[in-house]
Amino acid sequence: MESLSSLLQGFSVALSFTNTALMFTGIILGVIIGVLPGLGGANGVAILLPLTFSMAQTPGGQTSAIILLSCIYWGALFGGAITSILFNIPGEPWSVATTFDGYPLAQKGRAGAALTAAFTSSFFGAAVGVLVITFLSPIVAQFALEFGPPEFFSVYLLTFCAFVGMSKEAPFKTLASMMLGFALAAVGTDTVTGTLRLTFGTQALLTGFDFLVAVIGLFGIGEILLTLEEGLAFKGASAKINVKVVLETWKELPKYWLTSLRGAAIGCFMGIVPGGATPASFMSYGVARRFSKDGDKFGNGQVEGVVAPETAAHAAGTSALLPMLTLGVPGSPTAAVLLGGLLIWGLEPGPLLFVEKKDFVWGLIASMYLGNIAGLIVVLTCVPLFAAILRIPFSVIAPIIVVICAIGAYTVHNATFDVYMMVVFGIAGYAFKKLGYPLAPLVLAIVLGDRAEASFRQSMLVSQGDMSIFFANKLVGTLTGLALFLLFWPLIAWLIRRLR
Amino acid sequence: MSDASETRPALRYKTAELAVAGFLFVLGAIVMADSWRLGARWAADGPQTGYFPFYVGLIVCISSAINFVRGLLIAKDKNRAFVEVGQFKLVLSVLLPSIVYVVLVGWLGIYVASIIYIAFFMRWLGGYAWWKVIAVSVGTNAFFYFTFEKWFQVPLPKGPVESLLGLG
Repeated sequence: MESLSSLLQGFSVALSFTNTALMFTGIILGVIIGVLPGLGGANGVAILLPLTFSMAQTPGGQTSAIILLSCIYWGALFGGAITSILFNIPGEPWSVATTFDGYPLAQKGRAGAALTAAFTSSFFGAAVGVLVITFLSPIVAQFALEFGPPEFFSVYLLTFCAFVGMSKEAPFKTLASMMLGFALAAVGTDTVTGTLRLTFGTQALLTGFDFLVAVIGLFGIGEILLTLEEGLAFKGASAKINVKVVLETWKELPKYWLTSLRGAAIGCFMGIVPGGATPASFMSYGVARRFSKDGDKFGNGQVEGVVAPETAAHAAGTSALLPMLTLGVPGSPTAAVLLGGLLIWGLEPGPLLFVEKKDFVWGLIASMYLGNIAGLIVVLTCVPLFAAILRIPFSVIAPIIVVICAIGAYTVHNATFDVYMMVVFGIAGYAFKKLGYPLAPLVLAIVLGDRAEASFRQSMLVSQGDMSIFFANKLVGTLTGLALFLLFWPLIAWLIRRLR
Repeated sequence: MSDASETRPALRYKTAELAVAGFLFVLGAIVMADSWRLGARWAADGPQTGYFPFYVGLIVCISSAINFVRGLLIAKDKNRAFVEVGQFKLVLSVLLPSIVYVVLVGWLGIYVASIIYIAFFMRWLGGYAWWKVIAVSVGTNAFFYFTFEKWFQVPLPKGPVESLLGLG
């Protein structure tokens, strides 16, 4: 029960006045970010990350910084549900499945019930995710302390192959997008030999492409351009929510306990293996529709159809931090941005964090419990306020969002060149999204590219260039084998279909 | 948007698929070429600097070639509109000013450029009264100025106007 005592220690860190204040600030900012088109969890955190540079220099500041940023993430997860239900606009990709039943409910005048169900299920999903992190992550970290370069490379390989095997996009598009990320990561100074690569003699490329700029462009500008196609006005249902509706919905929710549990299980699994929140929410919705006795009514406004995707999305979003903390491999784009934050603050994510930075890790985990409670309170009480933000006309809010993105891109390196790159990434994000090139593996590859390459080269130095080192023992062999299986899964699945 | 000329496709999927796949192929080829120049083989002490990116570039090229061929195979009846004329106009109405905006950031600094950008949007796309336009554009940037320069002590790019006002 070492976890429990560490967790109590963490609560004492997270409950300090500054950290509690940051928690609420983060949640409120996060919900706003989640509600606004073009600002989501990943790029919201990316824009605010540079502001934490000085905060992280103070004693205990790294913990405060991660609490602020992770609470923005929880807030954004909650915020996505608001726009899906009231406006039929998924603020985040993982809330697309919430629109299927959430919006019809709102049209029937049951917006309050849909919102309450969504927030409560989100909270439940996140709570399960945090419990999993609390008890599983020390074990995983302990286990990973034994890892050498080949093990780490095989974990990276597994992460990236999982994208190819489990993505619903065309495998070669996933591959192209991912490898583009690795290529962008390689630009700049080679971390091993110090040679300049792919800079073509330009000054601006010396430091390489920063993944924060890529995230702001791809998810921010790209998203705004996509939203524009739908037109300039948002039409939404009114957000009436009061104590009576909340209590009535809470009475109804226990009926769907099985759906919630299934959703949470799917979510945790998909969050830990890098599938992510989006497929988890769709999967959970599909499973719930299949097993519910009202399955044929799904899509016309079933509360159960809101419970299923929201529970899964939050469970996945939360548990995506488990591999990020224990192995240094993020399970989602937002987790990747948080990982980038740890690196910038001078922390080395991975198993050693649990040994050397106990305060940081357990302060963060404790803040996940508190942050989600704070989040539930904030969203239940302030929904009308947040919905009002979406009623600000697009011609006012769109340029302000672009300006915020530009400031965010500039502050990463204090370079105007990054602001230009943001627009380039924005156009790429628009085209990629429309053509079904997934963005998550691209971002993860930019973040992890250097580390993956370094672990590969270290392994090769150990084995004198012998590739069999990736099958040298049971552990690394299993990881590599699983990775290859996932990589070739689309081909295997195709062959199976042909044979039938 | 019921006007037929507005829903006419500005660009079809096939064209878009081919363009993106072709572009990525060229990028992959550039990566391969530069990595080869640096050395992408095995040296006595393991892989050379260009080894990893060379194969990354190779995979980009191979996948893009396959995506290109798959794009060519899109049947005529399945070749939906990638973007309709009306939608494309809306997208360009934001994209083009944004490109001008980031260029202006380099010349005028971020605050003045942002004031012009927000004002342009509200006036030409939103049709707001001038006093509202000025209130929002100047107010937002004053807020950003105090938040970043004073509170977080993060200096943002400034241009000639700020130095004239003695703020730079």
